Amino acid sequence: MSASQFLTIFISAVFIYNVILSRFLGLCSFVAISKETKPALAMSLSVMFVTTMSSIITWLIYRFLLIPFDLTYLRTISFILVIATFVQFVEMVIRKTSPAMYRFFGIYLPLITVNCAVLGVAVLNSDMFFVKGRALQGSFWYSAFQGVCVGLGYTLAMLLMSGIRERLDLCNVPKALKDFPLAFIIASIMSLSFLGFNGFKF
Amino acid sequence: MKRLFNEFLRGIVKENPTFVLVLGLCPTLAVSVSVINGIGMGIAATFVLLGSNIIIAGIKNSIPERIRIPCYIVVIATFVTITEMMMKAYSPALDRALGIYVPLIVVNCIVLGRAEAYASKNTVANSFFDGLGMGVGFTLALILISGIREALGAGTLLGHKLFVSFDPVFVMGMPSGALLVIGLLLGFFNVLKGRKT
Repeated sequence: MSASQFLTIFISAVFIYNVILSRFLGLCSFVAISKETKPALAMSLSVMFVTTMSSIITWLIYRFLLIPFDLTYLRTISFILVIATFVQFVEMVIRKTSPAMYRFFGIYLPLITVNCAVLGVAVLNSDMFFVKGRALQGSFWYSAFQGVCVGLGYTLAMLLMSGIRERLDLCNVPKALKDFPLAFIIASIMSLSFLGFNGFKF
Repeated sequence: MKRLFNEFLRGIVKENPTFVLVLGLCPTLAVSVSVINGIGMGIAATFVLLGSNIIIAGIKNSIPERIRIPCYIVVIATFVTITEMMMKAYSPALDRALGIYVPLIVVNCIVLGRAEAYASKNTVANSFFDGLGMGVGFTLALILISGIREALGAGTLLGHKLFVSFDPVFVMGMPSGALLVIGLLLGFFNVLKGRKT
């Protein structure tokens, strides 16, 4: 476990392999909710929270349940169930404890269950930080940190996109390209600029 | 019989999952670097769609209303796991190329969307053809996108050289090429739709 490892995870998860612009995870919500900045921010923060927590939970399950009992082929099914249950649980807690927060986050939480970014991080963690069925040293912290960083990358792309789309509302664009098509073309140009981070080496 | 055929056809043209419903884009964009990857992903998703549609249509009356989504997810995840294991056993190269996008079929909105919107309300036979149609529609969309990307990005199609002398458009093989192609194709289909109405 070293600081440079964490820096590498940060740079690669936020910039080089940005979840949305390079790995294409969570595209549906990215295109659907990025019309205005405020909902985009609420969605991003919920995603960041869920990716972090699910990274931690799935690491524990993978390390202490699936590997000792030689059940790694149940990875997909157990991860998605745990994530779905966890998200449901968080939604219930928020609804009971803070109505204001529920209004801000609540409606986006159910959507997150089927957000590929969340399951994607869990699968990536188990691919990256486990070698031949053994956890790498410090892999728990790497996994949790990668969860945070993927959430940050999602937030970055989401905020950039919603800012651009808010301004585009005032522009005159070809009718056929309105909404979805234009969103993809903008995302393409953003992704092109993120290519510039590819040369980063440590 | 004709009715069943219509169910099948609907998924390919009128309700094409990629271009009309705009669902399940994550794997579409990520694996469409080459046609062979696109076909592999299409077949895998079709298999999962067919299996989950049949099972869910069969057991729809015994699933309690309130926990239906977790039930659907378990069924879908089972088929995804079968696909994963089969792919690892019979075509490891494809499995490596598709990477994490194979387990991610489980959160593909098309599969859950069809379970919720169609299979939970219709008979097994209808759901079978609906799943088949959606799967084929998805595969065709993947072939179209990956065909364009492979032809422009590498100058090949299914590994065969297309042009005598051609400088590949490097960006087509990159993520931004995928986003550009899907954006322009969606715009193109919007123009077609606008002309028809």
